Amino acid sequence: LALYFHSGEREEKCIIEDVPSDTLVIGNYKVQRWDIHIQDFLESAPGLGMFVTVTAPSAEVLLSKLYGPQGTFSFTSYLSGEHIICLQSNSTRFVTFAGSNLRIHLDIRVGEHFLDESVLQAKDKVNEVKIRLEHLIEKVHHISKEQDYEREREEKFRKTSEETNSNILWWAIAQTLILISIGFWQIKSLRDFFISKKLV
Amino acid sequence: LRGWALAGLLCALRAGGTELTFELPDSHKQCFHQELERGVKFTLDYQVIAGGHYDVDCYVEDPSGRTIYKEAKKQYDSFPHRTETQGVYTFCFSNEFSTFSHKTVYFDFQVGDEPPILPDMSTRVTALTQMESACVTIHEALNAVIDSQTHYRLREAQDRSRAEDLNGRVSYWSVGETLILFVVSIGQVVLLKSFFTEKRPSSGSAGT
Repeated sequence: LALYFHSGEREEKCIIEDVPSDTLVIGNYKVQRWDIHIQDFLESAPGLGMFVTVTAPSAEVLLSKLYGPQGTFSFTSYLSGEHIICLQSNSTRFVTFAGSNLRIHLDIRVGEHFLDESVLQAKDKVNEVKIRLEHLIEKVHHISKEQDYEREREEKFRKTSEETNSNILWWAIAQTLILISIGFWQIKSLRDFFISKKLV
Repeated sequence: LRGWALAGLLCALRAGGTELTFELPDSHKQCFHQELERGVKFTLDYQVIAGGHYDVDCYVEDPSGRTIYKEAKKQYDSFPHRTETQGVYTFCFSNEFSTFSHKTVYFDFQVGDEPPILPDMSTRVTALTQMESACVTIHEALNAVIDSQTHYRLREAQDRSRAEDLNGRVSYWSVGETLILFVVSIGQVVLLKSFFTEKRPSSGSAGT
């Protein structure tokens, strides 16, 4: 768990993960709290927990659980799209001084299925290679899934661009027609007005 | 021995690293820290996927607080560096120059050199067997696939974000212009008519 960042006591920090459907996402985190007495972050903070909330692209909540100061969470995506992973501590303290009070270590892995290392020690070399080959095949399937998802997104992108294009064309024609018809109406209206006022 | 190479290929991990996508609100700064050994090579790649002008400020500091990289309003960049001291390295993304657009930033922080697929590849005296060189080739190709996929995924996300913005703007402006057209033309006719209309005398005023 290498990378870390700071956060306020009650602040919610969110990470966006754009993943294809049926993908396993695993997250590891560790949270430490600032201690005023030793002027450093405590190595472990008992009683401190983190709410982990995962929101699917359809705004449906996939995961909402309270974990301890150190934990692992995982979820499998049903839909393709942007999943939002939010971390918020369950601290009930009021902020006593400005600045960050929590140090959060975070590591998120997408689409990886961890090898069960113990299985590999068991049998002979052939079996080990077989298991590793299956793992590799799974990984290549994941590449294929990501490419399919990319194709979907590009299609959506192309549709948006074509829609914009036809939007511009349609509105230009409509505005020209409105302009011409309003021009006619203006002249007619004024002509009738002047005639009725006996100015013409 | 060949079995080892094949097994090595199949379990090859990328060099350690983290990639995250997060939303950076306007006038905010977000910093990340990592403890690194001395003499380790790291690369920071970042790209702005959505928001405003798709740019962000970024700076990297070494453990002594010295700024080793600083760029303003960049859309994407890649910063490789070999550490000289051991300690906590900090990199920050700042959106403080923007008052109302929040940015979606992607960054990839890769640490360490890529471990060679064959553990003793550099110390060997004999040539590689066919199996081993096949493994090396596949390994390099797969790494290239990962990089390529990430690059295209980010580019596409950014372009799609721009296209959606454009579509929205076209719609709003078109409707607005049509309304203005109606208002102005009807207003013109009404105004002209009012110039030629006699003012009706108000009841109770003394006439001359």
